[in-house]
Amino acid sequence: MSETVLTGQPGAIALAARPVRPVSFIQRLNIRGTLLFGLTLLTIIILTAIFAPLLAPYDPITQDLGAAFTKPFSPGHLFGTDNYGRDELSRIIFSTRLDLQIGFISVLFPFIAGSLLGVTAGYLGGKTDLLVMRVVDVLIAFPFLVLVIALMTLLGPGLRNLYVAVGIFGWITYCRLVRGETLIARNLEYIQAARTIGCTNRRVIFTHLLPNVIAPSLVYVFTGMVQAILFGAALSFLGLGAQPPAPEWGAMIAEGRQFLLQAWWMPTLPGIGIAITGIAFSLIGDGLAERRG
Amino acid sequence: MGRAAYIRKRLVLMIFVLFGVTLIIFSMIHLVPGDPAFLILGERATDQKAAELRHQLGLDQSLPLQYWNFISGIFHGNFGMSLLYKQPVNSLVFRRVPVSLFLAAYAMGLSAIITLPVGLWAATHKNKISDHLIRAAFLFALTTPSFWLGILLILLFSLRLHLFPVAGYGRTFPQHLKYLFLPALTLSLQLSAVLIRNLRSGIINTLDSDFVRTARAKGLTNRTVLVGHVLRNALVSTVSIFGLQFSAVIGGTVIIETVFAIPGMGQLLFTSITARDYPVVQAITVTTATLVILVNLIVDLSYSFLDPRVTYE
Repeated sequence: MSETVLTGQPGAIALAARPVRPVSFIQRLNIRGTLLFGLTLLTIIILTAIFAPLLAPYDPITQDLGAAFTKPFSPGHLFGTDNYGRDELSRIIFSTRLDLQIGFISVLFPFIAGSLLGVTAGYLGGKTDLLVMRVVDVLIAFPFLVLVIALMTLLGPGLRNLYVAVGIFGWITYCRLVRGETLIARNLEYIQAARTIGCTNRRVIFTHLLPNVIAPSLVYVFTGMVQAILFGAALSFLGLGAQPPAPEWGAMIAEGRQFLLQAWWMPTLPGIGIAITGIAFSLIGDGLAERRG
Repeated sequence: MGRAAYIRKRLVLMIFVLFGVTLIIFSMIHLVPGDPAFLILGERATDQKAAELRHQLGLDQSLPLQYWNFISGIFHGNFGMSLLYKQPVNSLVFRRVPVSLFLAAYAMGLSAIITLPVGLWAATHKNKISDHLIRAAFLFALTTPSFWLGILLILLFSLRLHLFPVAGYGRTFPQHLKYLFLPALTLSLQLSAVLIRNLRSGIINTLDSDFVRTARAKGLTNRTVLVGHVLRNALVSTVSIFGLQFSAVIGGTVIIETVFAIPGMGQLLFTSITARDYPVVQAITVTTATLVILVNLIVDLSYSFLDPRVTYE
């Protein structure tokens, strides 16, 4: 971003000679390269999710046993059908709804809770900080997947419980990122100034600190969404996440695994959906990180 | 702080964390709404059956006593009886620990072999076509589920080309290497994606530094500069990430062992979830957390021996 500002400077002389061309809102956002590609991809995926009933040639759940195991590129079934004769393409299209939902919801609570805890612990320091960081130390000792699986064995399978389990343990990264930024920012002059003029802790945290320390956590949200989608797929694969017959990529791969020899397309094609969605979020995250420099 | 004091401090912290780990696993059972006995037996179980199971699991005792039993059980290597296999949990779990550790170590070894040349190539061919291809390929590996990559590898290498077995573990060491190659490769591709990114940017940053220019100016060959000066410095951060990825790899084995039917902890965890075999899930959670804590400790300590600049904070 700084590049364009710099190259814009010498242009000031030329301005007198040339008529000023209006700069649109989109141009001012300066979305290019990686970020542009990622956002475009994500927009397409979101539109696919919204218009799934119009795009999908068949209902994703209705069975048609007569058409079971139709090969891909057959007339009427571009991606073939599964063991119940359900159209693979339609199921993959409808999966965008569930998987995007998993990505968004599993990140929302951890992002808010983790950022708030991080800024509070970092700013207050002392016992609050010690307590929060000790909890983080303990939770970090567990492989995340194992911890969530253990909790879900108790809560029972299903998407609602998946969000609960991920919410309870997912805030750690956001908390650490924001705390790290806060430790630097709390000693800067504008925070000292805010305290000197008598702002309450609450006011310092919410109006002065939070807007300045949230950026890395916000960028991480996109990485978090990739992980949440992969994670949701993994849990559905283990039978803990989305329950059949709901179309979900991970669950579809799990079902297809039993028919590896007869129907290679069943476990293979849904993975491409996950890959495209993951790439879209990763590129947005990378693009935002690049802009922060 | 000296090294001895640092090690002492780390050990104290480790004991604290282990204590926290047991507390979390314990409170998970008791804070979660619903009766564990009915969760295990199903909604339609009779009250008498549930009471029997509660007694068998010790759930009818007071909370502090239950926690004490849980802790002392861990120290005695006694996690109770498996509900599914009707065997002591510890013999069931500990037999599988080496299998999962072997797989994790194999995966980490493979990713080291992949990362070094690929990362070096990508960094020295920055923004060339080969660099873009490498980045695209590993972005793909990073954003696809490991179980899916595993299934693709089975389809290609086992079912089409018949190069590797579809599933299993083998009996001898060379057999282990052969049976576990595809699962380890699956895990290592994702790990490598993280490491290559880090190594590539590390090398690119180091190439800009003054000491590299000095080394070039005094006439050292490109190879000497790259291996002796650049790589050695760039590797410091990659190696520290490498160690910390153990947790992710052990987590990944849960899924991969299920895909390739490897008789490790992950596969046991999977069957235990389905059967709601509570004590086994508990034991595996404690064991993996302990392994992760130990490995992180070893990484931190060895790091302080390897890099003389590390300060003990």
